[in-house]
Amino acid sequence: MIRFLVKGLLRDRSRLLFPIIIVTIGVLLTVFLHAWIGSLMSDIIRSSAAFSTGHVRILTKAYAENEDQIPNDLALLDVSEQLQRLQRAFPEMNWACRIRFGGLLDIADESGETQAQGPTFGMAVDLLADNRAAEMGRLNIATAVVRGHLPTRSGEILISDEFASRLGIEPGDQATFLGSTMHGSMTMGNFTIAGTLRFGVPPMDKAALIMDVADAQMLLDMHDAAGEILGYFPHAIYDHSRAAAIAAAFNEPYSHSQDEFDPVMLTLKQQNGLGDYIDMAEGFAGILVTVFIIAMSIVLWNAGLLGGLRRYGEIGVRLAIGEYKGHIYRSMIAESMVIGLVGSIIGTAVGSALVYYIQVHGIDFSSMFENSGLMMNMQVRTRVTAQTFYLGFIPGLFATVLGTMLAGIGIYRRKTAQLFKEFEG
Amino acid sequence: MNPREIVKIQNMSKQFPMAGAFFTALADIDLSFRAGEFTGIVGPSGSGKTTLLNIIGSLDVPSRGSAIVLEHSISDLSHKRAAQLRNRHLGFIFQTYNLFPVYTVYENVEFPLLLLKMPAAARKQAVQEAIAWVGLSDKTDSKPPQLSGGECQRVAIARAMVKRPELVLADEPTANLDAKNSHNILQTMEALNREIGTTFIFATHDDKVINYLRRKITLNDGRVVKDEIASGTAGKKAKS
Repeated sequence: MIRFLVKGLLRDRSRLLFPIIIVTIGVLLTVFLHAWIGSLMSDIIRSSAAFSTGHVRILTKAYAENEDQIPNDLALLDVSEQLQRLQRAFPEMNWACRIRFGGLLDIADESGETQAQGPTFGMAVDLLADNRAAEMGRLNIATAVVRGHLPTRSGEILISDEFASRLGIEPGDQATFLGSTMHGSMTMGNFTIAGTLRFGVPPMDKAALIMDVADAQMLLDMHDAAGEILGYFPHAIYDHSRAAAIAAAFNEPYSHSQDEFDPVMLTLKQQNGLGDYIDMAEGFAGILVTVFIIAMSIVLWNAGLLGGLRRYGEIGVRLAIGEYKGHIYRSMIAESMVIGLVGSIIGTAVGSALVYYIQVHGIDFSSMFENSGLMMNMQVRTRVTAQTFYLGFIPGLFATVLGTMLAGIGIYRRKTAQLFKEFEG
Repeated sequence: MNPREIVKIQNMSKQFPMAGAFFTALADIDLSFRAGEFTGIVGPSGSGKTTLLNIIGSLDVPSRGSAIVLEHSISDLSHKRAAQLRNRHLGFIFQTYNLFPVYTVYENVEFPLLLLKMPAAARKQAVQEAIAWVGLSDKTDSKPPQLSGGECQRVAIARAMVKRPELVLADEPTANLDAKNSHNILQTMEALNREIGTTFIFATHDDKVINYLRRKITLNDGRVVKDEIASGTAGKKAKS
């Protein structure tokens, strides 16, 4: 009998293929949308990580306490050695030095007199060294260039386009930076404007300056020093439990020290109130995904229901021939379980593959924002999580089977004669 | 000696709820059918033929009175016992054949025997025999959509007959067939009735069927208005 029913199931497209396709699509959408919503909600987290907090950030304890003042006199020392140690201890992470600083940018006329001048906010990143590609990609600098080109040699800087216009300078012009070293003395340096950027963030668009980290170390007298070392997980995806574990392992040797120049590692969630934001974002993402899963469950529940109702006539004939109601009911549920399970497995597999592909390669929306010059990360990346593998089964398996179970109740409620009349109708 | 009584209906009525009231489909029916009969319940549409057939077939229950089929009171049967009765003792032939379209002729005919859990070898023999009775041995692997209406109805007859039931209930079996196919079908059923002794009860208003009947019960507005011995001339002509 089971073989007979399986044979019928395999031959009847409307009973097997189409329902499986519907369940597969439903599950695929659930899996993908869950990952997509999660990725959009975490976009601010990604941007924040890229520009300021990293997934983990190392700075001295004293720097951490006065961070708002950007106290480079409290910067990390011997960062080359520190970077090597970090690379050995946590090889899955990408580590990068950053220096933030402030000062004046002065533009001189032909006689050397000040033609224009303005306060600037500087950020030093690896623009020329080995880690160049990772840092440029992370900050999306290449796509944010409005005029000129990226720095190709020492002594070249990038400034915001609005700042450049205000100062009346063009790529190729010279500019002098005036500021203070990490030891508090005055410093000056001449630089060539390689290009201008549009960040899309008003405070930065007003007066930002991007410089290679080696140039900044020279300028600010920070030999082998950096304000901070940022660590990033692969594919720019923040994993809090892993970050917390890495931070705990890193901080453990310094936990009882009172030296304010000892380094301390902070996770993304421990910075700038991001912990609360992440909790809220996860809450909203959870609500959205739950609403979608309920909607998809209703769709698949209906598909199961209609599939069952459509077969009332056939059920009537089977009853007329002498099959028990209970047997028919159980066979319908078994059938819907097979359909739900196969559809859920295929949908989850295809959905997970798609999510993984976008996790690795990302979808680049930068061409859609060519003129905006936003320095936000335009690469949307989804993320495969444990939920990716089971979430689709809620609508795929449970809702489909539930729909069939409810449809099957009609077998008991309706008179047998009525059921096979529907077949003839 | 009279053949045994296989269906006994006494003072039976059937009502259906309709728009807050009740519609009486059958009223005060008293009928008896004996083994080996080739009987028709005739009458215009809405006269209660199918309802009566459904009650005899344990697909429905009387509202009042009693219907005893093969010593089972239809009113008292549980779903499971009614299914057992249908499975073991009754065969159904429907106007629209009601074959399973994705199964072959062989598999359609085999289905009732699977429910009976008959061993494979005996099942195979019974199915081949039933298909041979209706002359479709060369179509065992065909599926219903590949068959003509007459062939489909012959498959339905084979499916009803394969378990050799004591009673076959046929509801308008020729309604969708042309004259030639109708006669072929009726001759097949008449031959099975004669050779195997299966009782046939038809619900019909088709003259072609009526000509084959040996007993004709006429219903009108849910009541038996005539119960008469018929000539069954068409069947006799076919035999001669």
